Amino acid sequence: MADFIRKIKGRGRLVTQILFAAFTNSYVRGFAKGRIFTGKTKYVCVPGLNCYSCPGALGACPLGALQNTFAARGYKFAFYATGFLLIIGAVLGRVVCGFLCPFGLIQDLIYKIPFVRKFKKLPADRVLKWLKYVLLVLFVILLPLFAVDATGQGKPWFCEYICPSGTLTAGIPLVLANKALRSAIGFLYAWKIAVLSVIILLSVVIYRPFCRYICPLGAIYGLFNPIALYRFTIDPDKCIKCGECEKVCKMNVSVFKKPNSAECIRCGDCRRACPTGAIKVQKPFK
Amino acid sequence: MSAKYRPAAVLIIIGIAFIVLGIARNEAADVYRKAINICLECMGIG
Repeated sequence: MADFIRKIKGRGRLVTQILFAAFTNSYVRGFAKGRIFTGKTKYVCVPGLNCYSCPGALGACPLGALQNTFAARGYKFAFYATGFLLIIGAVLGRVVCGFLCPFGLIQDLIYKIPFVRKFKKLPADRVLKWLKYVLLVLFVILLPLFAVDATGQGKPWFCEYICPSGTLTAGIPLVLANKALRSAIGFLYAWKIAVLSVIILLSVVIYRPFCRYICPLGAIYGLFNPIALYRFTIDPDKCIKCGECEKVCKMNVSVFKKPNSAECIRCGDCRRACPTGAIKVQKPFK
Repeated sequence: MSAKYRPAAVLIIIGIAFIVLGIARNEAADVYRKAINICLECMGIG
């Protein structure tokens, strides 16, 4: 029993990810019947990228909510969804990515698949990591706001053309279970399956390619990392600048130089690897 | 709370105000309406 508890403690993040994803996607009947949950909890946005058309989803996807409000006639600004993002971001920053995002969990699990060689980053990493900010501004804000039809209605561009979470957790299960939807698939579906396939294949060799280069939600939360209530600090008296934290960081962050980098998903590998215990979680209340 | 955390506290307060404003503008009802209907765009059907 003690051994089991020790094992669970060592995998605390994975256990949290699994429990949170299972809890927020616990409408099991939806998967069997090919339909989605319609309860009142869907008024509330979950913190991570979790398609609200996933048959199991109990909450709303914050990124989908943001785009749909921008796209709707008459609003021009998404106060409700932005409010959720401000609160979650200001408290946790990218802890959400590391612990509470189902699509992050999926990538983590895929990365565990053994492969002849794993890569620390893509060749154009420095440039590519800005892509998520471009997608945020263009596909999540500007296009839904301004690319509208004759009635003034826009559409959720990121959901429609890119989001692999929607394809994997909503597109595939619903198309498999629902004959009417199956008859409606076409080029767009094939495109989204292709995007998903590339991300899945890349996830085998690189840690979390979607979170690093594409995810607009991670881009938003990353902006909060330096000011969030949960943040890291380096004890200058203890840090010996050995670079061990940078070596173990799968997101390729120089933790001892930039402990609150927008790329850090707060997995905590650096804290466990630090030989002097110099990386600490700052306490907001003293 | 130390001064370093004031920006986060301010953002949390603004976030709460935004949610209240969003509910008043009926945005919450729109989010709910979208979330309880199958999102064809999300699935890749259009």
